[in-house]
Amino acid sequence: MQNQIEVNFSACPQNESFARVVIAAFAVQLNPTLPEMADIKTAVSEAVTNAIVHGYQNKGGMVTLKAEYCDRRMLTVTIEDRGCGIEDVETAMQPFYSTGDGAERSGMGFCVMQTFMDAVDVKSQPGEGTTVIMRKYITGEVGLHRERMLDEIS
Amino acid sequence: MQSLKERYGSVTVALSGELDHCNAPKVRRQLDDLLEDGDVLHLCLDLKDLTFMDSSGIGVLLGRLRLLQQRGGSLSVRNMSEPVAKLFYLTGLQRVIGIDNQQTGGAE
Repeated sequence: MQNQIEVNFSACPQNESFARVVIAAFAVQLNPTLPEMADIKTAVSEAVTNAIVHGYQNKGGMVTLKAEYCDRRMLTVTIEDRGCGIEDVETAMQPFYSTGDGAERSGMGFCVMQTFMDAVDVKSQPGEGTTVIMRKYITGEVGLHRERMLDEIS
Repeated sequence: MQSLKERYGSVTVALSGELDHCNAPKVRRQLDDLLEDGDVLHLCLDLKDLTFMDSSGIGVLLGRLRLLQQRGGSLSVRNMSEPVAKLFYLTGLQRVIGIDNQQTGGAE
């Protein structure tokens, strides 16, 4: 079973919760556990916030959220912007790294994405934008348990 | 946001809803208004009704911690959900922000 979505939305803070709702509605098809769902929503929130704050520097633009699964277990989420891009991706992904604009950033955005997802790949070109590709293996323990129960009943 | 002045210099504030980059400025402003009262030394944030937090929320906590430390005060949290606790420990906040395990509002 293959399924995919692509959603474009304005790079405004109000759409951070919108992105979380969208990815949750899609990911629920994989029957994730509650902690897995929380991880996915948090990682997407971080990536979308980065696009708004760093990619577009709060000046607006469009963010693209893509999500897909090719089997029942692996979810791939892609967040794209066409903003200013990142000069040095490796440095930007260091824990507590922040551009230091005085806005109380924790500098933990990429670290959260890497911890909460199983793989994070960042492609960026200065002046062209940034693409964050995140993958998470869904154990779906609750779902498997339910399927086993249904098997036993039938 | 609801606040409760428990004893002199100590205030508990209940946060609710989602604490992300979008909502962070409002929460920051409300907490800073509260902290304008120089008598407040110890702030406890009750997160029982906080349904979501990302690293923007961590930034809000660290900013308030800094303000309180400048006046010799402290910050603590209570009633963290599992996802919030995961973020809390990932960022090492347990080393600088106290965790109060007191349950509030429940039947226990």
